[in-house]
Amino acid sequence: MSMITSPSPEAVQARAVLLGRSNWGAAEIAFWILAVACYWIFPTKLSLLSEIAILGLVALSVDLVLGYAGIVTLGQGAFFGIGAYAAGLAAKHGMGTSLWSDPLIGLFIGGGVAAFIGFATSFLVLRGSDMTRLMVTLGVALIVDEVVNQMKWLTGGSDGLQGVLPSAVLGIWDFDLFGRVAYVYSLVVLFVLFVIARALVKSPFGLSLQAIKGNQLRTRAIGMPVNARLIAVYTVAAFYAGVAGALAAQTTQFASPDYVAFHRSADAMLMLVFGGAGHLYGGLLGSVIFRTMQDVLGNITPQYWQFWLGVTLVALVLFVRGGILGLLDNLLSAWRRKGGAS
Amino acid sequence: MLTILLDGIAYGMLLFILAVGLCVTLGLMNFINLAHGTFAMAGGYLTITLMQQMGVPFLLCLPAAFIFAAVLGLVLERTLYRHLYDKTHLDQVLFSIGLVFISIAMVDYAYGANQQIVNLPDYLTGRLNFLGASIGVYRVFVILICGLLVISLQLVLTKTRFGSRLRAAVDDGRVARGLGIDVTRIFAVTFAVGSGLAGLGGALGTGIISFDPTFPLKYMIYFLIVISVGGTTTITGPFLAAILLGVADVAGKYYVPAVGGFIIYTIMVVVLIVRPQGLFARAAGK
Amino acid sequence: MSQRILLESRDLVKRFGGITATDHVNFKLPEGARHALIGPNGAGKTTFVNLLSGVLTPTSGEILLDGVNVTKWSARRRAHAGMARTFQINQLFADLTPIETLMLTIAERENAGASWWRPVGSRSDFVDEAVALLAQLGISDIAHARVGELAYGKQRLLEIAVALAQKPKVLLLDEPAAGVPEHEREQILDVVAALPKEVALILIEHDMHLVFRFAKSISVLVNGGLFCEGSPEEIANDPRVRQVYLGEEEVHV
Repeated sequence: MSMITSPSPEAVQARAVLLGRSNWGAAEIAFWILAVACYWIFPTKLSLLSEIAILGLVALSVDLVLGYAGIVTLGQGAFFGIGAYAAGLAAKHGMGTSLWSDPLIGLFIGGGVAAFIGFATSFLVLRGSDMTRLMVTLGVALIVDEVVNQMKWLTGGSDGLQGVLPSAVLGIWDFDLFGRVAYVYSLVVLFVLFVIARALVKSPFGLSLQAIKGNQLRTRAIGMPVNARLIAVYTVAAFYAGVAGALAAQTTQFASPDYVAFHRSADAMLMLVFGGAGHLYGGLLGSVIFRTMQDVLGNITPQYWQFWLGVTLVALVLFVRGGILGLLDNLLSAWRRKGGAS
Repeated sequence: MLTILLDGIAYGMLLFILAVGLCVTLGLMNFINLAHGTFAMAGGYLTITLMQQMGVPFLLCLPAAFIFAAVLGLVLERTLYRHLYDKTHLDQVLFSIGLVFISIAMVDYAYGANQQIVNLPDYLTGRLNFLGASIGVYRVFVILICGLLVISLQLVLTKTRFGSRLRAAVDDGRVARGLGIDVTRIFAVTFAVGSGLAGLGGALGTGIISFDPTFPLKYMIYFLIVISVGGTTTITGPFLAAILLGVADVAGKYYVPAVGGFIIYTIMVVVLIVRPQGLFARAAGK
Repeated sequence: MSQRILLESRDLVKRFGGITATDHVNFKLPEGARHALIGPNGAGKTTFVNLLSGVLTPTSGEILLDGVNVTKWSARRRAHAGMARTFQINQLFADLTPIETLMLTIAERENAGASWWRPVGSRSDFVDEAVALLAQLGISDIAHARVGELAYGKQRLLEIAVALAQKPKVLLLDEPAAGVPEHEREQILDVVAALPKEVALILIEHDMHLVFRFAKSISVLVNGGLFCEGSPEEIANDPRVRQVYLGEEEVHV
């Protein structure tokens, strides 16, 4: 066994390159500054912005499982709905006064229940082909939809969950009619969870997920416990989607069957595909574009939005692989190859 | 109870005709086409338009729907679908969802979101007495037509050259190509016929199920259940699965309305976990 | 002279439907071995290696790794217990860089692969080891390039580096020079020659030059069964071996 007393210059340089990848880039910092600035730039659109932040969180959760670990799932929306109803029920139970109504506790309840169910159902996505996974996760999402709709005594059925009364955030800030507290709250939660996700994907754990996505045979051949990693990331992603649902219930003070509808899973997937999977910011970017376009185009005629959504999807799949960030990535590496030093 | 059974059989056979194109497409090209329901919707809405606005007799609408949907399928396959055969399943799913959204939006714009009613010709309305149970004449009609179609399909598959080439291509595409079978052409024809059948099913379905623009999404899950339970290597598998599904759905909605869809979704998930190739499929050699 | 047997198969059988791909193979690999596995095409060499490494489950028979019965162990578990392999066609992570690939492998070996709160590169000891290994294999210059864009020969060297990063007791090399262009082969051969002495090596090869350059002992596999075993001289002079290879390559010494 050789004892390395001082690292070679190559090792020092290599370490610098590796660690440099986790530095915050200028574009990243600009993104978050802009997100904060929106509070003052769009004071009348804060509810919409809160929705964008929440949807971005769901898309982020899909990025973790799909973009990084390569698990193909159409069921992430189910965790969103579960989190919404769990947190909504807690807030309702607390009637705006007791600890049950505390928003932060509600986040943990929503995320926790979703994570528990995610963990319990994770075995579904470990085996089988991509096609099996798509159908199984779709089936589970529809089951959750059906169950929530049928359990009228608990969830209010198709009327939705009434009486969701979250108390003040940290005991200080009450949710106001203009959505001011809602936006700051949603944005802060999104940012905290984002930073954690960012640490996760830049860590050895995150690297192992990308390896699993790239070549599962090889990962097993080097002794990696693949299933354990997949279960872990699936559970974490379920937690994230559940927290997003809790945010939705708390900021709208309502939980509707729409929160468990299949289109939630489809929308999250679309947002991620628009923005580009595997970059962490793809989901956030996609949610901004998706929700803004829905707002703009949906006001013309509802069918107009759906039509163009479909066209964009078809075009994306046929022509633009990797979404917007993927496109940027390709452009960047092409530019580097032409202009940069070899 | 016999009424429920017969109603369920009629519904199941209809589901089979609707879904059979999708089963073969999946087995043949390993392609997930979630937009299959749009062809059914096309056939249904064509029938509605022809009957309501042009007074075309119902029986003529059936072959018209078949041809219309088949042509639509052929055109889409040659222009768009064929670029996606080697893409990932996720890409295929996203693509077909995109097509679904486009078609829903177009139909919604043209016809509105309301459910469409079709006035069936007099000789197809009313009820019959059969073994002590009362069954609608139209449902008997559906069973007869679908039964004829199933028998013809089985005959084509087993007794014709095209059928044997198709079965070879489904069994092992590479070997089939090596034997000189033009798998691409078989696929184009099969896709067209499958879409046509879906259109015909849609036309037939106007008398039983409600038609609104969300049809492709609502019925997509039924098609997926038929495939996952029935497998993609035969057509008897999906046929049995469709009958079972039809009966279970009708009976479930009648006897235990609170549980309804929950049971059939659970069955699909369980089947996919335990036997990914379907309950009725013979164990694939692949 | 009792040598520690690091890898052993007892009466190993593998059937696929009606085909017997591995036919009652009894095999022993001692410490420090330089063992070659040869045989005509379709003899079942890769199947045998897949059984040993755990990619395939045997129909019957046993596999022992350093005395421990690992027959029911997964490939993953065997890798963790000291068995490493390379594949006939490179099995690498196209989107990672060579240094990331090695960092990953080292981390898994040290049970630190699930660490999630510090970025890749925090463990300087891992970085040192990865850098040293890249230098040893002569691929330091492409340490930060995307694996998918590397030349095949460089990928092949990385494939071997990954196996070495596991610090294995037993190393299964499946045709290490396969597919590598002529001008890059020498590098691979040098690497194989310089492998650590403690590692027991099984080399599957078609190229007889390679076999006679490195092997101290040879097994000949024919139709899934062990045809004969012996030193390179014995095998080269065995007329039955020549007959088995009639129509294939000639056996040179």
